[in-house]
Amino acid sequence: MFKGLSFVSRRVPVLGSVGYARNGTTLANAAVQRRMYASAKVALAEDLTLETHTDNQTAAIEQANERGAMANPEVMDSGMQSLQHAYRESGDYGTRPIYLDMQATTPTDPRVLDTMLKFYTGLYGNPHSNTHSYGWETNKEIEKARNYVAQVIKADPKEIIFTSGATESNNMALKGVSRFYKKTRNHIITTRTEHKCVLEAARAMKNEGYEITFLNVDPQGLVNLQELEAAMRPETCLVSIMAVNNEIGVMQPLKEIGELCRKRKIFFHTDAAQAYGKIPIDVNEMKIDLLSISSHKIYGPKGIGAMYVRRKPRVRLDPLISGGGQERGLRSGTLAPPLVAGFGEAARLMMKEYGNDSAHIRRLSDKLMNGLLSIDHTILNGSADHRYPGCVNISFAYVEGESLLMALRDIALSSGSACTSASLEPSYVLHALGKDDALAHSSIRFGVGRFTTEEEIDYVIKAIRERVDFLRELSPLWEMVKEGIDLNSIEWSGH
Amino acid sequence: MPVAGSSKVQILHMYKEFIRNSNKIQNYNFREYFLRRARESFRANKNVKSPEKISELISEAEKDLGVLKRQSVISNMYTFDKLVVEPLKKR
Repeated sequence: MFKGLSFVSRRVPVLGSVGYARNGTTLANAAVQRRMYASAKVALAEDLTLETHTDNQTAAIEQANERGAMANPEVMDSGMQSLQHAYRESGDYGTRPIYLDMQATTPTDPRVLDTMLKFYTGLYGNPHSNTHSYGWETNKEIEKARNYVAQVIKADPKEIIFTSGATESNNMALKGVSRFYKKTRNHIITTRTEHKCVLEAARAMKNEGYEITFLNVDPQGLVNLQELEAAMRPETCLVSIMAVNNEIGVMQPLKEIGELCRKRKIFFHTDAAQAYGKIPIDVNEMKIDLLSISSHKIYGPKGIGAMYVRRKPRVRLDPLISGGGQERGLRSGTLAPPLVAGFGEAARLMMKEYGNDSAHIRRLSDKLMNGLLSIDHTILNGSADHRYPGCVNISFAYVEGESLLMALRDIALSSGSACTSASLEPSYVLHALGKDDALAHSSIRFGVGRFTTEEEIDYVIKAIRERVDFLRELSPLWEMVKEGIDLNSIEWSGH
Repeated sequence: MPVAGSSKVQILHMYKEFIRNSNKIQNYNFREYFLRRARESFRANKNVKSPEKISELISEAEKDLGVLKRQSVISNMYTFDKLVVEPLKKR
């Protein structure tokens, strides 16, 4: 009993209400309104709490309680009841959604942040200043990071160029290489399922007079190697095919493509933003000449990426940015040591945790996939075998994807890439796979990562199952399907 | 062997420190991850016999523990709402 009491009395001042007791009336109101969080225990000095809380939970809980208090069943419509149950809007649990959009970006690993912090507090030297120790110390850290980034893909550290991200790297590869060789070669090959920045960069090169071949993919999302070989010409300078697709997670046969390209002396660029550190890549074995990397897809900081540029046989490219000649003259501009060091640490962790991460992700992703595909009329998009398990794209027939996402506000998901999710257009990647509009509209992408837990996956499977059922019950199409009417046989009138 | 005896206590102590500091992390995903990793990695290295390997692992773990301690403090400074799978009351 005494123990308990002393514990409470010791805790009270730390919990932040000491101002109330001491300052009496003046601070009374402020102090009473101050909420107490479990996190408040990190008060360092007597009065001072260093905690800052981003709070939108109170409002949501109040709303939930209000709705719960509305006892009149006639007012409460049944749909709301059902959704309320599904949201788990009970006030006993938090309100922040589960994050399952790992293809858009990943949370920054605390170990990465720990590496970065010292660059914001003390190590502020310009890594390119070689006249004093401030420059030397940051330069040393940058070279260390470059080494880690290179090790993941078994490259030489000298072949790594730091850029602002995979978009810049992709632009640099497509524009830089083709501009350098423009006198002799004017043809680029890429695929229809590439990321938007590759497609747009290719289109920009079209305006500069280059010829572009956009290869089709099969219904599995894979490139046909015969088709690729047939598209190659003597004047082809670059083939750009992504390693892992950002929407459907399909892995392309990099080694076979690399060999084809090397045989014809064509440069092979791969956008490995989604693949780097997550699937085994060896640039020498796969004969990759250029490779784009993004840091924020591997739990690193945003705003930094890298480009692998092969030295033997040498790949030459026109730089996009002219300036002081940093990064072998290919990407001028002062490097950002905090970001580079964070990126390096993230790459080191990807190597160190590779076995553990991939086993964990595969286990959770299999569980998620089996759980969701056991719902009627669901289809896995993309190849089932050649895939990175951390990306699961599933179509829920007879449910509109956007309305499912609205009903799933407790889970952070996306129906496609973040770049195109602002528009209501169905995904061009799924179109390229030959999916019709209806199916493309009803697809949702789930991303599993290092920090996803089993508890979250269980919650997601249950929530999706409930809400797909709920939305289908609203749909007249679903009723017809249940009655066994073939929807394709119906002649729709009225338009 | 006295060295082995003292290092066993040392390792157990370190394991407890890992668990304690991981539990202090506010962010649900990070907390669960570091708890899982602490359990897994200590278990995985349970049968390591060579003294050099043990001292190497210990010095690595000391470094990791430092990171964990700093980051658990930082995660308590910048807090966010709890996730939908997290009970609001302390378990």
